[in-house]
Amino acid sequence: MSALLEVQDLHVWFDLQEGGELHAVQGVSLTLDAGERLGLVGESGCGKTTTALAIMGLLPQTASAAGRVLVDGEDILEGGEASARPHRWVDLAIVFQGAMNALNPVRTIGSQIVEAIELHGRGRGGAARARTGELLESVGIPRGRASRFPHELSGGMRQRAAIAMALACDPKVLIADEPTTALDVMVQAQILELLDALCRDFGLALVLVTHDLPVVAQLCDRGAVMYAGEIVERASVDDLYHAPRHPYTRLLFAATPDLGDTHGEIASIPGAPPRLDRPLAGCPFFPRCDRAFERCMSARPLLRRLGDGRAAACHLNDAA
Amino acid sequence: MRYPIPRGLVGTVGRRPSLAVHAVDGVTLSVAPGELFAIVGESGCGKTTTAQAVLRMVEPVSGSIRFEGRELTGLGMRELRPFRRRMQVVYQDPYESLDPRLRVRDAVAEPLVIHGLGSKAEREARIRDALARAELSPPELFLDRYPHELSGGQRQRVAIAAALVLEPELLVADEPVSMLDVSVRAGVLRLLDGLRQSGLAILMITHDLSTAARFADRIAVMYLGRIVEEGTADDVVGNPQHPYTRALLSVVPRRDPRDRRRPEILRGETPDAIRIPSGCRFHPRCPVAIDVCPLEDPQLRRPRAGSSPQHRAACVLA
Repeated sequence: MSALLEVQDLHVWFDLQEGGELHAVQGVSLTLDAGERLGLVGESGCGKTTTALAIMGLLPQTASAAGRVLVDGEDILEGGEASARPHRWVDLAIVFQGAMNALNPVRTIGSQIVEAIELHGRGRGGAARARTGELLESVGIPRGRASRFPHELSGGMRQRAAIAMALACDPKVLIADEPTTALDVMVQAQILELLDALCRDFGLALVLVTHDLPVVAQLCDRGAVMYAGEIVERASVDDLYHAPRHPYTRLLFAATPDLGDTHGEIASIPGAPPRLDRPLAGCPFFPRCDRAFERCMSARPLLRRLGDGRAAACHLNDAA
Repeated sequence: MRYPIPRGLVGTVGRRPSLAVHAVDGVTLSVAPGELFAIVGESGCGKTTTAQAVLRMVEPVSGSIRFEGRELTGLGMRELRPFRRRMQVVYQDPYESLDPRLRVRDAVAEPLVIHGLGSKAEREARIRDALARAELSPPELFLDRYPHELSGGQRQRVAIAAALVLEPELLVADEPVSMLDVSVRAGVLRLLDGLRQSGLAILMITHDLSTAARFADRIAVMYLGRIVEEGTADDVVGNPQHPYTRALLSVVPRRDPRDRRRPEILRGETPDAIRIPSGCRFHPRCPVAIDVCPLEDPQLRRPRAGSSPQHRAACVLA
């Protein structure tokens, strides 16, 4: 049985105004099965949002892409808009970063969901409204609130509405880009609980794009850590925390304060990620790595399988 | 403090406005030199307003703010000025807090210029010193740069340098690292910690309990304009006595996937500060509210099972 979503060797380049290109995504591959939750983790500029947009076929005009994005076996990247469109919202859906603030302010939330349902031919009129009511209830919004405008709802409610909208056409995969970043910790807990329930009860597969490692630890089964446009480690969330095989993964966890360890040293990683508008020699993490050695400066490590579904791009894993 | 809504907006009966936004209601706190005091809470709890009141950027309707024993409320602008020098602020957004047209040198010089301090040579020396203390070394590398040439972390350090150049005794830091990448945060927090160790008093506003737990000496948890629990960081994080504190701590995600504690997720969201619940402000959402809670507004007092002598909680059950 083929995976629900498969990304193979994805590359994305952005044209730069001053000439040249930014190589924002550099050979990303991942798979997602039904009901699975994958965390795509990294800091700003690592390419995680660009990867998400590429999967949805929503890259801007200034971008060019290579590789394959297979949805139920069909390559939607190659076919361009014509092949991406039928799958968008129907098989794959996305809740954009800041979606809760991007809802149409002059339409009620109910009418926005009804419109999505009708546009994709999933129902009309009364049937669409009934489905809208169900969707709102499934995200924890009382169906009576369908007649409210976005500004009448709290931040948490607006985020739920954005999720309901993304689920309007019953997609199998939901990509959520920083779904809780702007929310208070209690509201964040409510939204994470909602996403958890949606995956459990409806078999939804989730790609959670975020910089927040603890959120991934709590909600996801597996994680892919991104740095400088590539996946540097991929493993179960348990392995990523307890037995990381890439220094960046280890340091990122060490840099995250945790209530379970309030007296420990919090790491910071000196320096900054490399520029992606010029070719990189050696490992992109080399200048900031605490375990780098000579090979790291000149040879770029490939993302190599380590068995047990794990992979890491680090020379430290090379056989002696 | 309360913001009375001006008559024109609300349409009141009689001479006094009938509705007021009680942004902060009855907050008492103190920060000692060499101490980092964190105020934590969710949006609308009043933590930022409290900080602004301390800086006298908003006027309290009642209450007192003392700086080294001297009462600040009721002082006029000119009388306030010498105190203003001794407390400085660092804001959340490193991309907004620096004037994009000013080079680093001029941004850090500005407070000195405003307060008419020092000759040009003296200012140059103080600017370099401030940059060094903000760990922007060597200063030459940064003096002539514009903000857009710096990373988020570097900008925040420039903002800290500008706050330090007047050698304040109190630094108010409003979410100083929340807009920085994770790998950069610890560096800035450790900088603040180092400044604290050399005697600076720091009042830090943050929604991030994990950061407060690690870096604060004392923590106050605010809800709807009130402090509901306070004490040392160990008190509040290790032995929380207020149901809100407990719920908040339980829902903070942990790094370790094996840490599968049951989160106590409160329903709904913090009510509007314009419609404060009767009795205990927290009672409508409290998982352990009893019959007296809607009737009685509990004061902050020592909890029965508290830890340090400074531990306080505002709950009839504590």
